[in-house]
Amino acid sequence: MNNFFTKNRELTEKLGFSLLTLMTLLTVIPIIGTVIYIIVQGAPAMSWEFITGFPRDGMREGGILPAIIGTFYLTLGTAIFSVPLGIAAAIYLSEYAPDNRATRLVRLAIINLAGIPSVVYGLFGLGLFVLFLKFGTSMLSASLTLSIMTLPVIISTAEEALRAVPQSFRTVSISLGGTRWQTIRRTVLPEALPGIITGVILGLERAAGETAPILFTGAAFFLPRLPHSPFDATMALPYHLFVISTQVPEMPVQIQYGTALVLLVFVLGMNMIATLIRSRARAKRQW
Amino acid sequence: MKNKIVIENLTLQYSDGTESLNGISLEIPANATTVLFGPAGGGKSSLLRCLNRLNDLADVESVSGRILLDGEDILDLKMDVTALRRKVGMVFARPVVLPFSIRGNLTYGLELAGEKRKSRHDEAVERSLKLAALWEEVHDRLDDPAIALSGGQQQRLCLARSLALEPEVLLLDEPTSGLDPISTSKVEEALDELKKQYTVILVPHSVQQAARTSDYAAFFLQGKLIEYAPGTDIFTNPQHQRTEDYVTGRFG
Repeated sequence: MNNFFTKNRELTEKLGFSLLTLMTLLTVIPIIGTVIYIIVQGAPAMSWEFITGFPRDGMREGGILPAIIGTFYLTLGTAIFSVPLGIAAAIYLSEYAPDNRATRLVRLAIINLAGIPSVVYGLFGLGLFVLFLKFGTSMLSASLTLSIMTLPVIISTAEEALRAVPQSFRTVSISLGGTRWQTIRRTVLPEALPGIITGVILGLERAAGETAPILFTGAAFFLPRLPHSPFDATMALPYHLFVISTQVPEMPVQIQYGTALVLLVFVLGMNMIATLIRSRARAKRQW
Repeated sequence: MKNKIVIENLTLQYSDGTESLNGISLEIPANATTVLFGPAGGGKSSLLRCLNRLNDLADVESVSGRILLDGEDILDLKMDVTALRRKVGMVFARPVVLPFSIRGNLTYGLELAGEKRKSRHDEAVERSLKLAALWEEVHDRLDDPAIALSGGQQQRLCLARSLALEPEVLLLDEPTSGLDPISTSKVEEALDELKKQYTVILVPHSVQQAARTSDYAAFFLQGKLIEYAPGTDIFTNPQHQRTEDYVTGRFG
């Protein structure tokens, strides 16, 4: 066998390449297939009324505006809590924290937190925000729960991005009479920003698409009006999709896929915004 | 001859036990080039990094002794280190340009110091680039990314960046180690001009450079100061056997 391979290096090479191509296709095709399927199935549902209208007839007709607005609010709320906190924590861990057992433990905890099932965050949110802090089933509770789930992603990617900034930049900045904070704000942060934004968007995308964490903390089955305050419960796209797919009999398929399509566009839209910001930041960077 | 810096019995120990300084006493005169030379690991860079307290960033186990800059002990805990670093500029072995424009690199230190006036920035940019012998080459493209410059130009930009702060002392840690001979001689010429205004302390990247540039030279070996004398003496008539062996190339 060994002999066969050494004699036929070209064949091995071709075989290897074919195998790798096949593997790539195997991963890409299902994704593209899913997207196309959702578009094909969901497109007929698309209409002005679907985007801007309220659900009617037990959600079997009408639009999904409250769910769209709800997901927008929840994502915004999550961003408000998790982005400043996450970036601040990353700056502390990367720039200030001493390398001792305590910080290593914190890092380990952050990595492990990223792997906790989202429904566990949901339960935690129910216990802490809804019941203990008495925020009730509300957008506030849901946003806070989603923030806790998002934080590890933001912290670890932002810390990675900060650590990727060459140490020599810091040394030079300090040697030119900069304080640590001046050095971070003027040199390290701008340099790490594209990477940080990527982490932020990745985290928020996940938050936007999650059902389990908001299930007990802020999602409503059906609301006849839009939420008015952070203490109102809200409809949300992923939860709405879950509801109309499993809880409502005789649901038209196109509404289900239409909802999925809107959620997909929402998340992909965020992705595109991130890419845009990143390429802008790269272009502005004086290299 | 006025002494700019007086080092008294300086001892420094790193946590991991590497390169350290052992009872160094040295008087560094103003308006001259003092060269710190010797084999690697002798403590030259460590000493340099004490002079602007950049060693604060390193894992230093203990420091004792005094370093007097114009009579003021810079190792004092009450020392304002950012002000000190403005007064004592540094150029590193590898040119590290910050990810800004050429102008942005030069005005960075001024901005850190809170200087916002554009007229002062422009004045500093032109003055420092001329001092570093770079003005002719870059004056018409100051807003280009600094990284686009050649290695030699980048190193002169780093020199200019230190000079923009109008320091009193200039520390150079093998500033020409990565440069070609032409760039090296440009930097050396610039330094020769600079010592009229500044106190220049240079760790050279070769004995030849040490001999070329030094007014005074200190020979370091394994954290100890072996010999300190005017450059003309130490390279032609060294008093210590070890110095002679090193200068004549018998080891190092």
